[in-house]
Amino acid sequence: MTLLGRTTVNFVVGVAVLYTLLPVLWLLLASTKNVDALFQSDLLSLSNFSFVDNVEELFAMDKGLYSRWYLNSVLYAVVGAAASAFISMAAGYAFDKYAFRHKEKLFGLVLAAVMVPQTVLALPLYLMASGTGLVNTFWAVFIPVLFNPFGVYLGRVFSQGYVPDEVLEAARIDGAGDLATYFRVALRMLGPGLVTLFLFQLTAIWNNFFLPMVMLSDQKLYPVSLGLYQWNSSATVSPEYYPVVIMGSLFAVLPLILAFLLLQRFWRAGLTAGAVK
Amino acid sequence: MKGKLACAVLMAPFLLLLVTVFLIPTGTAIWLSFFAQDQPGLGFGPESTVFVGVRSYVAVLSDPTFRGGLLTVVLYCLIYIPIMVIGALALALLLDSGVAKLRGWAQMGLYLPHAVPGIIAALIWLYLYTPGLSPIIDLFARGDIHLNFLGINTVLPSIVNIALWSNLGYNMVIFYAALQAVPREVLEASVVDGAGPVKQAVRIKTPLVRGAIVTVGIFTLIWALQLFTEPVLLSQSTPMISARFSPSMYIYDAAFTRNNYGLAAAASVILLAFTIALSYGVTRWTNRKAA
Repeated sequence: MTLLGRTTVNFVVGVAVLYTLLPVLWLLLASTKNVDALFQSDLLSLSNFSFVDNVEELFAMDKGLYSRWYLNSVLYAVVGAAASAFISMAAGYAFDKYAFRHKEKLFGLVLAAVMVPQTVLALPLYLMASGTGLVNTFWAVFIPVLFNPFGVYLGRVFSQGYVPDEVLEAARIDGAGDLATYFRVALRMLGPGLVTLFLFQLTAIWNNFFLPMVMLSDQKLYPVSLGLYQWNSSATVSPEYYPVVIMGSLFAVLPLILAFLLLQRFWRAGLTAGAVK
Repeated sequence: MKGKLACAVLMAPFLLLLVTVFLIPTGTAIWLSFFAQDQPGLGFGPESTVFVGVRSYVAVLSDPTFRGGLLTVVLYCLIYIPIMVIGALALALLLDSGVAKLRGWAQMGLYLPHAVPGIIAALIWLYLYTPGLSPIIDLFARGDIHLNFLGINTVLPSIVNIALWSNLGYNMVIFYAALQAVPREVLEASVVDGAGPVKQAVRIKTPLVRGAIVTVGIFTLIWALQLFTEPVLLSQSTPMISARFSPSMYIYDAAFTRNNYGLAAAASVILLAFTIALSYGVTRWTNRKAA
């Protein structure tokens, strides 16, 4: 390719990368500013460096609500994503390895479930939760996020790819029961797939906003996303909330960015399995 | 026999969830849409649930705020989806051309926003749209250009930008993976036939990743029709976004602000039907074009 062509390609890619990275960089720089410096917006000056003050402020605001929210998010996301990954993988494996009546029709229903907007399910889920007394509890947010139909689809794809039928046949001849084979042999082979399902659901739950907004009225049960949303509405009236929301956002983004950097190959496995099919 | 039991055990937790958090709620939404809570005697009598047929549907469809919300979301899709699909595909083609430097780093940088939760992406951009806080607005103001990202005509493009920022890299990685799977012989043959790099990208590679384009298009569409998080957050800072800006916001408002469950359920079913019809239409349309 010509030199001009090469330069253009690299220039366009470079501009796109700046577009995706600069807002995150802004968040990082803004987290070091106090309210006055934020509104003067000379971002690069270090004269008002108040990163530590902002961190202290964040964890002290409203009697330390933020650490509660953070703990809730970790609980919802880590426990929920782990449970969801095992549930989806088991179902995906069963869809792949067993034959039963109306299997493909049932699988079609699973795929259709991917299409149904969360807003459609929210009101009935809320009414069911109030009927059973679960509304405004941990479980009202925790249970619905275990359902991941796309994860079942990925689980089936992984099971096809990672667990050869011959291995199962060999285990069967050795006299191992089907369930023992799944837990001792197949699940081990599905390990990387399991991590992928976990990561995808972790992001989804950490992102979850609509469901907690509908289900929770007790601030102490909020996840970070809903808490920051509420603090931002306070910021429009009292600006001292701005540095707190910015610092809170930074802390909320860090674990996912870290998970993403450390476990890159698992993200990619999920994306390619979902797309190329 | 033993196999059947194992299959049932493995499937049971998922099926239980499928029934309780998907099938029953979907059924409930449809059922609710045909009923209403009527309170006789000026609201002092006992509440009773009565069958009202399609009354809620008529009410939703004749409500200008719902139709406005639907129109807003259609407009949003018309701006957002082409930019997203073409942008992500173009970046993937550029990275696949073999000319781009530091490909791994570029991919990582582009993908990074997907690790930022939606509400926080919206927060970051809201602050970048807020006069006083935003370095972008300041920069342009120095050149005497006064930007207003939250005005009546700019608020929708501003929302498009947030969604684009969040998902561009994610979809780019999907396209890139599909492009990597294109057989090298096909590409070599096209070079022998005298195709330049641009022609190769447009005429050879793009048709070969049709499947990925359709998948990304449909998922982007389904997701875009649910538009909620970004406008709800921006509505805290601009009067240009009403409480019924999009169908999802209309549903939330009807259910939890006005406590009109019949109306909310009818709006939900309409949104669901609209989503299914559009996804089905797009699939049919792309299949016919392939034939």
